[in-house]
Amino acid sequence: MTSVDEQRWLASIGGETRLRFDGLSMIFPDGTHALDDISFSVAPGEFTTVVGPSGCGKSTLLRIASGLESGYTGVCDVNRDTIGYVFQDATLLPWRTVQRNVELNAELHGIDKAERKRRAEQAIELVNLAGHEDKYPKQLSGGMKMRCSLARSLVLNPGVFLFDEPFGALDEITREFLNDELLRLFSLERFAALFITHSIAEAVFLSTRVLVMSARPGRIVGDYQVPFGSERPHDLRFEPEFAELCGQINDDMKDAHA
Amino acid sequence: MTTFDDRIDAAVALPEAAIEDEAGAPITRVVPVRQPGDGLLGRFLPPIIMLAVFIGIWYLYSTLAFEQAFQRRNALPYPHEVIQDGFLPLWDSRQGTREILGYMWPTVKVTLLGLAISIVVGVLIAVVMNMSKYSERAIFPYAVVAQTVPVLAITPLLTQVFGDRLAVRLAVVFLIAVFPIITNTLFGLQSTDRLHHDLFTLNKASRWTRLWKLELPTAIPALMTGIRIASGLAVIGAIVADFFFNQGDKGIGYFIRVTQQKAANRPDMLAGTITASLFGVVMFLIVGAITARAIRDWHDSAHSS
Repeated sequence: MTSVDEQRWLASIGGETRLRFDGLSMIFPDGTHALDDISFSVAPGEFTTVVGPSGCGKSTLLRIASGLESGYTGVCDVNRDTIGYVFQDATLLPWRTVQRNVELNAELHGIDKAERKRRAEQAIELVNLAGHEDKYPKQLSGGMKMRCSLARSLVLNPGVFLFDEPFGALDEITREFLNDELLRLFSLERFAALFITHSIAEAVFLSTRVLVMSARPGRIVGDYQVPFGSERPHDLRFEPEFAELCGQINDDMKDAHA
Repeated sequence: MTTFDDRIDAAVALPEAAIEDEAGAPITRVVPVRQPGDGLLGRFLPPIIMLAVFIGIWYLYSTLAFEQAFQRRNALPYPHEVIQDGFLPLWDSRQGTREILGYMWPTVKVTLLGLAISIVVGVLIAVVMNMSKYSERAIFPYAVVAQTVPVLAITPLLTQVFGDRLAVRLAVVFLIAVFPIITNTLFGLQSTDRLHHDLFTLNKASRWTRLWKLELPTAIPALMTGIRIASGLAVIGAIVADFFFNQGDKGIGYFIRVTQQKAANRPDMLAGTITASLFGVVMFLIVGAITARAIRDWHDSAHSS
């Protein structure tokens, strides 16, 4: 354990950590070795991103964290009381309006009508979708669908937020714009975030910590604390320090691939 | 004199320049994009021509059959005879359209009631089949049998079981109409998105919640397709039932069967046949309209019907 990890571990004993993996490995029944000895933890107010090549098991890690996947070995300790999960796809129900889509998670958790309506309105406001409450998903752009999907998770005030390459299918401009928005939400809500992406720039821009995962079987081969503070202007992406960190992570990814 | 290059330049110039001539007057207007054939003429002329061709062939056949046959007995009545002797007078209870409509009514009742039963029972069966692999395997072969068994072959059996009034006619309609409901609904239930299932799992949704809030809404477009197919089949089933079970209220199938026996009544028979066919078309259109209304807001295909 590195000293940083040790500090995190100590913090977790104090009840702070909301998500912890220790020696986590995953071999699927068909013999696919997806994950190998993954150990790290995420505390509230931490935004940890795992970057890695396609098919390296990043999504499997997230599915294990959420409880959708089992059959792993090692420790996966997640506070699942209120969990937010944002899929690769917006996964909106096409027969529901924006308002009713945002209410869905609360509805499934049995929160009463008036309360979930109030929370949904708040969340819609938060993701800048106000005025679109009565639209159906097919009337929304890709970016708006993703905001709607974010709002749906926000309604539960999740303590742990899992993101499975949520902006991968969007164009560059929309993606950067949503990155800015997500940072703003993060600074407001201070959840523990675990984000998966294959975009290094996105990882560096969003995170407090970036982990690099190797090709299958997925191992953590790089661990970077991101030195930028919580105030991250859009133009940060063009600063030399930003580019330098991206370059280092890129080298790690290449080594992991070789 | 303009050279070839000048014309090329003009052609690639900015749009603003291209729409004005030398004097600055507009020479082209922006015309809204219209597909050829969008107009009233383009929409209605082709089917009208088709109808004219069909009636022409009908006249031709009737004429030829009349010349070849020794007697008029085997000939097809002319279309105008069908209108004169079959549909007119419009409002006489002993003859003409009103009489035909009187025979239509029991058929319409059996069709609608049978279709309603098929929808309710068909959806229930599909839901049960969707519960587990085993229930699907247990039920599916019998759903296929219900579809493929010749209804006429089991007519005596149906009469034995259901008596020979309304119930047996409903059974015929049900046997014919339920299969597309079951298969389409089942297909719809099973085509639920995997990520949607994950979403409901993450929110700890119960099996019923999942069925009610995810799978059934997902299945609605497929179910509506099934109902549309079933509505046409239900009309056929009701008329077949009229033919062979003629106790109780007599339907249009009975009218067609009786009037076809005498050559003099053949125009009435054809009038009945045409009315019954129109009913099938009307059913199809109504179900199509309901479908479009039900899913137009959210489903991609809604504009196509």
